[in-house]
Amino acid sequence: MVATKETIDKVKEVSSTYKYGFVTDLEAEKAPIGLNEDIVKFISHKKKEPKWLLEWRLKAYKKWLSMEAPNWAMVDFPKINFQDIYYYSAPKAKPKLNSLDEVDPELLRTYEKLGIPIKEQEVLAGVAVDYVFDSVSVATTFREKLAKEGIIFCPISEAVQTHPDLVKKYIGSVIPIGDNYYAALNSAVFTDGSFVYIPKDVKCPMELSTYFRINEQNSGQFERTLIIAEDNTYVSYLEGCTAPQRDENQLHAAVVELVAMDNAEIKYSTVQNWYPGDKDGKGGIYNFVTKRGNCIGKKSKISWTQVETGSAITWKYPSCVLKGDDSVGEFYSVAVANNAQQADTGTKMIHIGKNTKSTIISKGISAGKAQNTYRGQVQIQKNAKGSRNFTQCDSLLIGDKCGAHTVPYINQFTPHARVEHEATTSKISEDQLFYCLQRGLDTEQATSLIVNGFCKEVMKELPMEFAVEAQKLIGISLEGSVG
Amino acid sequence: MPLLEIKNAKLKLDNKDILKGLSLSVNEGEVHAIMGPNGSGKSTLSYMLAGRDGYELESGEVFLEGQSLSEMEADERARSGLFLAFQYPVELPGVGGMSFLREAVNSRRKFIGEEELDHLAFVKEVRKVASKMFVKDEMLKRAVNVGFSGGEKKRFEILQMAMLKPTVSILDETDSGLDVDALKIVSEGVNSQRNEDNAIVVITHYQRLLDYIVPDFVHILSDGRIIKSGGPELALEVEKNGYAGLINAA
Repeated sequence: MVATKETIDKVKEVSSTYKYGFVTDLEAEKAPIGLNEDIVKFISHKKKEPKWLLEWRLKAYKKWLSMEAPNWAMVDFPKINFQDIYYYSAPKAKPKLNSLDEVDPELLRTYEKLGIPIKEQEVLAGVAVDYVFDSVSVATTFREKLAKEGIIFCPISEAVQTHPDLVKKYIGSVIPIGDNYYAALNSAVFTDGSFVYIPKDVKCPMELSTYFRINEQNSGQFERTLIIAEDNTYVSYLEGCTAPQRDENQLHAAVVELVAMDNAEIKYSTVQNWYPGDKDGKGGIYNFVTKRGNCIGKKSKISWTQVETGSAITWKYPSCVLKGDDSVGEFYSVAVANNAQQADTGTKMIHIGKNTKSTIISKGISAGKAQNTYRGQVQIQKNAKGSRNFTQCDSLLIGDKCGAHTVPYINQFTPHARVEHEATTSKISEDQLFYCLQRGLDTEQATSLIVNGFCKEVMKELPMEFAVEAQKLIGISLEGSVG
Repeated sequence: MPLLEIKNAKLKLDNKDILKGLSLSVNEGEVHAIMGPNGSGKSTLSYMLAGRDGYELESGEVFLEGQSLSEMEADERARSGLFLAFQYPVELPGVGGMSFLREAVNSRRKFIGEEELDHLAFVKEVRKVASKMFVKDEMLKRAVNVGFSGGEKKRFEILQMAMLKPTVSILDETDSGLDVDALKIVSEGVNSQRNEDNAIVVITHYQRLLDYIVPDFVHILSDGRIIKSGGPELALEVEKNGYAGLINAA
């Protein structure tokens, strides 16, 4: 890529402020452990937020205090001590590494298997130095290109400053502060996340990805993302990178809100590979995430695709509220749970407008002692005449100590709609394994092949390069689960 | 040195003796037929050779090109050149035929120190072989054995055999479920792979298959032992008199 002098200068400027700002801020920006009103104020103050946002946070905090943690999911974990968490701290004080030689070899082995290029490995492992420069320059170039189209793509904390009206109008409009326990907590203490705005009649010319804002990655466990697509637009957003996070016992409570106007289409893809804890269930991330999209406009479409392989516990139901007539909601999911992992995930499709359509394809894979639950709600409201839903939930069991559960809730308030639900449970059979082995594949190759075959319908929904990584990731997550 | 040598193989399943001291020696360039009535131990023999879990020998030994198989897992045996054409090929939903075959071929190539084939080179090679086997591209795009007719399944088995170029191939009841036309195609596929460097063991209940794949030697398996060996004429004797006569005489 030929960079103009202007770009180079700008990148230098950005990278140097980042570097120095980073070091000094590290000490200064740490809030005391625990949560109270002062901490909420501290966060808001640090972010130089307008008064309305502080009030919004405080309202959420009060709401949260009055709520109970949900206990209906099929997951089991000790009660979280919310006073034992840092709600605001600058990037984790990971030791600065000078080269890949200093990185945990096991981590490198995983990167290698994923086929992540060395350069990216260095960035991911936190061997920042020169390559931070690179990623900043990439991000800058992209932002300029997007700005030409009128697209806003920036950290949400920045959007609060630069586009306060948009943020104020839409934040909490899809997921109100009191929606659920973890959403309320997130609303009170969220630190950062992405903001995307696609103006009318614009098709976003590239896949937007958090990958290009790797510096945001440490921004905390309480991310908040807001994507707004105006009339006649298209945007595809990729979330998460496939690098494992080695942090232990962290609560990750993110909120993602999507808004789609007339004829707008938002495609949101996630590959989640947070640290799952060790074989016995020690450590790992609690991934308690609220994601919802509002199809406000006519003929709007929101499509969630997720590949969930990590986290000790996953509690996540990306949903679509189909308000606009003829709007479409889709949910494609692969959830892998191995060893002591627990996953309770699914979706909600709320049909409000006429002739709304939804499709749910869920593939759950359980291995080891893991428990994997699909929980999904399809609701057809009274005026949603001519609406249709198709749900398919398939579970695959590996070994005989794991569990798969399917919990569908169907509420239909008009006879003029059609809801279909199909569910299957199968095991990787000895016959299948033996057949593959007899052709020279080893047990891990065979498992990966069979499992990826099982997930094929979902994998094909992922953007190409993501799909290749996700395929390998599924293989790695199941290593040692057979034989 | 024989390509495949079975020495006094004994095997139990659920505490029941199934193979009771079976010996067999197969040399380069030979085709052997093993015939036997139901329950004589034919399928057990093929699973034992391929190294399926639960089919370990109680005593005796098997050698592939002089190398003992006792410590080798099924996948290692396969990569070393042992191929089993299944009586009932297994369905692998969602796993494309082409990619399955490519992984298999590359596993074997890697093992024997040949360069792995990239996608293009592989597709070219498969098409060449597949057309001879009347396997169309469309079939390779489908998931392995899913929705295949009986004939398609067996053709796909033989295509895999042709691509993997095994040293020793065991064909387990390859004629089952085939009509005459399909039987001809599959047999031609097998015959085209006969050469001076490999060996084929055909396991079958009926003589019919041996009209198309003509063996050099025929063995009668009964109650876990080979009770009689001879040339192709032995198969005709079975056809004429049934197994009962032979078994009673033995």
